[in-house]
Amino acid sequence: MGNILEVAGVEKKYPGVVANRDVSLLVREGSIHAIIGENGAGKSTLMKTLYGLIRPDAGSIKVFSKEVSLKSPQDAIALGIGMVHQHFKLADNATVLENVILGGEPSRFGFVIKYDEARKKLLEIAETYHLEIDPNESVANLGVGERQRVEIAKVLFRGAKILILDEPTAVLVPQEVTELFENLRELVDKGLTVLFISHKLDEVLSIADDITIMRQGTTVATKKPADTNKKELAELMVGGELPKPIPGVQNISEKSILSIKDAFYSRHDGREILHNLNLDLHGGEILGLAGVEGNGQSELIELIMGLLPATSGSVEVLGLDASTAHTKEIRNAGVAYIPQDRQRDGLLMSAPLWENRILGHQFAMPMARGMWVNKAAAAEDSKRVVEEFDVRTPGVNVLASALSGGNQQKFIVGRELSGDPKLIVAAQPTRGVDVGAQAIIWDHLMKARSAGAGVLLVSADLEELFSLSDRIAVIYGGTIVSILNPLKTTPEDLGLAMTGAKSA
Amino acid sequence: MKKDRIFWGTVAPLAAVVSSLFLVSIILILRGANPITIFQVMISYGFEPRNLVSELNQTVSYYLAGVAAAIGFKMLLFNIGIDGQYRMGAFFGAVVGAAVSLPPVLHVLLIVITAMLAGGLWAAIAGYLKVRRGVSEVISNIMLNFIAAAIIAFLLGEDLLGILPEGSQNVQTRPIPLSGQMPTFKLFDGEIYSFIFVAIFVGIAYWIMLNKTVFGFNLRATGLSFRAARSSGVNAPGMIFITTVLSGAIAGLVGLGTLLSDTHSYSMAFPSGFAFTGLSLALLGRNHPVGIFFAAFLWSFLERAAPVLEYEGVPPEIVIVMQGTIVLAIVVAYEVVARINLRQQQRAVGKANVELVKESK
Amino acid sequence: MATDTKKVIKAPSKVKSLFKSPARITLMIAGLFFILALVESLTGATDISSPGTSGATLRFAIPLLMAGLGGLWAERAGVINIGLEGMMIVGTWTAAWFGYLHGPLMGFVAAAIFGLASGFFHAILTVKIGIDQAVSGLAINLIAAGGARYLSGVFFPPVGGDRTVSPPVDSFPTFTIPVIAPILEKIDAQDIFFISNLAGILHGLTKDVSLVTFALLLLVPLTSWILWRSKFGLRMRFSGENPMAAESLGINVYRIRYIAISVSGMLASLGGAYLALVASSVYREGQTAGRGFIGLATVIFGNWKPGGVFAGSILFGFTDALRVRQSESVMSLIMVAGIVALVLSIFYSINRRWKPGLISGSLALVAWWIHQRVDVIPQEFVTVFPNFATLIVLTFLAQRLTPPAMAGMPYRRGSE
Repeated sequence: MGNILEVAGVEKKYPGVVANRDVSLLVREGSIHAIIGENGAGKSTLMKTLYGLIRPDAGSIKVFSKEVSLKSPQDAIALGIGMVHQHFKLADNATVLENVILGGEPSRFGFVIKYDEARKKLLEIAETYHLEIDPNESVANLGVGERQRVEIAKVLFRGAKILILDEPTAVLVPQEVTELFENLRELVDKGLTVLFISHKLDEVLSIADDITIMRQGTTVATKKPADTNKKELAELMVGGELPKPIPGVQNISEKSILSIKDAFYSRHDGREILHNLNLDLHGGEILGLAGVEGNGQSELIELIMGLLPATSGSVEVLGLDASTAHTKEIRNAGVAYIPQDRQRDGLLMSAPLWENRILGHQFAMPMARGMWVNKAAAAEDSKRVVEEFDVRTPGVNVLASALSGGNQQKFIVGRELSGDPKLIVAAQPTRGVDVGAQAIIWDHLMKARSAGAGVLLVSADLEELFSLSDRIAVIYGGTIVSILNPLKTTPEDLGLAMTGAKSA
Repeated sequence: MKKDRIFWGTVAPLAAVVSSLFLVSIILILRGANPITIFQVMISYGFEPRNLVSELNQTVSYYLAGVAAAIGFKMLLFNIGIDGQYRMGAFFGAVVGAAVSLPPVLHVLLIVITAMLAGGLWAAIAGYLKVRRGVSEVISNIMLNFIAAAIIAFLLGEDLLGILPEGSQNVQTRPIPLSGQMPTFKLFDGEIYSFIFVAIFVGIAYWIMLNKTVFGFNLRATGLSFRAARSSGVNAPGMIFITTVLSGAIAGLVGLGTLLSDTHSYSMAFPSGFAFTGLSLALLGRNHPVGIFFAAFLWSFLERAAPVLEYEGVPPEIVIVMQGTIVLAIVVAYEVVARINLRQQQRAVGKANVELVKESK
Repeated sequence: MATDTKKVIKAPSKVKSLFKSPARITLMIAGLFFILALVESLTGATDISSPGTSGATLRFAIPLLMAGLGGLWAERAGVINIGLEGMMIVGTWTAAWFGYLHGPLMGFVAAAIFGLASGFFHAILTVKIGIDQAVSGLAINLIAAGGARYLSGVFFPPVGGDRTVSPPVDSFPTFTIPVIAPILEKIDAQDIFFISNLAGILHGLTKDVSLVTFALLLLVPLTSWILWRSKFGLRMRFSGENPMAAESLGINVYRIRYIAISVSGMLASLGGAYLALVASSVYREGQTAGRGFIGLATVIFGNWKPGGVFAGSILFGFTDALRVRQSESVMSLIMVAGIVALVLSIFYSINRRWKPGLISGSLALVAWWIHQRVDVIPQEFVTVFPNFATLIVLTFLAQRLTPPAMAGMPYRRGSE
């Protein structure tokens, strides 16, 4: 069997960052090929390139040994490449059959849909690949695993020969993962090819025929499961050496800033997101939280901020019960919040900067005096933030939406770090920020620590985590799997913890 | 920067009015009429003292409707329920006002408070449905408008709360005694409702609340970004509910100018259509108390001056066409202006900027 | 009435699991008539099943049906059309004027064309320029109302109308269905329990009807067919349920919405034309009387299905018709509703579904109390019944309704 897909020297640059560089990939026909890597390794960019959503700046892609140029998803579909998205694109109020055939309906005279023919074809596909789906079932009644099967059926219906699955197991429970893997084996036995993106080493080792590791935008190595083990893979993913922590004054106090005991959180649809979660943070320390996105970090943060109530267990923030207290109370108690999604959760985009300075601080001095907003103080302090954090803007009356992402981030960080907060919840605080400003922000975080504040640093940037943290907690699958000492951690330890494998 | 804001703030409404005038001129020309003469006639008629007086009085109700709508708009709520809320306010204000006897100022105050409560509570139904059941406030308010009219019509039935005075065709509520009446004052040879001062006060209070208080900040924030407001500690769903009630309470005041200084009772002859008008005025006035005032006056002027068109051989209803096209032109103009404004600002930021951005991913 | 529901039960209806199959529905309707007949013979109020009532019901229902279908087409594609009232006004005016000039058929054609244009205009504003759907609808209502009044002042007075009423238009020929109608009339006169009631109703539907009525009624199964059997209909439904999903599969959601909203305008306009040409024979200012908004209500009431919209418009048309008939009929109706509630309550209780059982039981009690204590239902409440019913449905059944998931929400191509 030859190579169905050959990628060579692919490059993709964005302003200021190289997303993919010198990416090479050989995928054998009829194999399950896994691509593993951390956040920011470049996997998503590569997949989007293969699916025609992005055009590469350099390099070549060959399908069945013929060079191709993919300008849109339609081109990819025509070549037999199908993408099973991480976030399903299904309509609840329609049947499985309708969702599958949309856009590719077999029809008579161009407008009457031949449902019987379509149903037959879908059932044939289901039969051939042992995909358990019921064409007449309403999607609203389907569970997550079943919905994923519908997405798979969608691409098979359009004649896909290569299936790209983007973190398919992120939303599945173990039982569903097993079913998915059985399905994938069936597909491959029948001659299809599967490209499987993941960060979970256990799963990848059990299902893949080939594993390609990506790191910092490039493909680092390709291994066969039989020739490698978790430790090696983890090391390849994370890199040879880890950054050294910046020496700082350690002044850990007895006071507990954040205390989470046996916390559980389930979504309203029943899905358990966090379980058996225990975490402690004291004043005067920076606790890093490492983990691949999607393992419960967002929910954990929302629990701490009082935006979501824990299903059981206790979440204590500065003495307040976060599950019952209002977010307002938690903030007033001295909690600062640098949200992960700055534009949706951190800013009022169509408002000027000085009003954004007030956001989050509108319930206390100095931004407000009782029920009155203190515009003068807000404007003045905005100017201070702009100065201190090097925010590039002609003034504080400019709308937030006019600033670049990096500058928006700097402003938010500057805002949140003012007023001597006691707890700083910082999620990806330097994402999109230039090196100089990053140093400024790090400096401020460390100063806050010296002053006795506790910092929860959630980051996908390993350098950031290791430079700043006193301890690093690793979250995986909704719980804290280990707490590491940055001075003594090897890349393997970190990689293994982040990918859910117990070190062994 | 402030100069800029005033410029951008007025250019869209002006463009709208101008384009509407342009369109209407074309229609007039097609009829063989001379637009210049027509507009001249309208303006001279409209600014005659007695007509001015009537327009100012009409402006009072329109203005309040506009402010009520604007409060909703700040929260991205489309309060089409102003019709029902206004009726509830005027009706119950009249009924309660006629049923008690209090010293003058207190009496009027009671009527005002009753009106606000009635309007606010009626609006609360739609607010509750929106927050607790996710029902579109547009649909529920449309239904509530009809229901309010029906309930009031029923209650006005002769045996209940209405009376049929001598020589009148309209059933009305019992008249409010003198202590519950508000005086008028002389201006331009006519009588202006003193409630106009209340309306102006409401406008000022609205502006101060929105821009100077924490509550107003939270309100605007929730309208600008539900999630960001929530993360900052605002009780966003609660905010939606309160805003709906507040908008309804103001809407309840719409009929009070007429009620307190003119008719002293509520009858089915009370006008309708305040929802559409209020929403249009808020759009035209860009949710700004001064802008809404000018818009309200413009509307009253157009309506008052319309009949004179008949003498020029033009059906007076063309005024409604004018109003409709102004609303349309306004919303289109805003879209365009907002985009230009943003691009301008981005360019200004870009000029102050040379930077390397490091994005992770 | 039972036949079009078969095509409708494609997507699962969550409103009542009673509506499981055509056979069941037919049985339930038969049961309903049985109760009706019972009440009528007990109270002597025979007006409900008289031909006059059913005929009037149909005449009142059609405009509501058209407005409802208009609302349905737009909402299924993702747009809540607040401008239905204005588009209906366009229909009344153009139908009356062009009908006066060239005969009623041309009146309908004109209404269809102008309705299509007004819908298209709404589409440009909301889809292309991206204006808020409610604001655009509001503007259209204003312009249509003003425009109609203005044009009336221009065109009508010279030819015999005045500023608010058009000159009379020739009416459509009506006919009585040859063999069947007389037979039904005879059966009705016999006064046989249940059979005569049924005959009475059917007679009203077969006597003095115009072809237009039937043509418009056909739009219900046609809409159903388009939505669930055609390529366009499937894509339209997805435009309202998940436009991003449709976009990811290469579908041009903008184009679909253009078409759907234009059709929506056309349908509302045809409803207005019916008002002017069939239900009456003139255009009158204020003729639409909020029916465009009731159309939106029937969409909700009908759970966004053509069959449901039809049922809703019949129900609302019925209450509209009752307004002008005897008031005892209203009382009998409440009795019927009460008995139905009682039956439902028993059904639910047998199946151990206590909550619905309790609710319908209390409704039965309320109906009984009203019957005992109230002489006459005030006119105003009868008029406003559709609005009230919709509000109740929204309040209590919101969870069981299945609106198109993204209806009313802004959508821009390429957004995620």
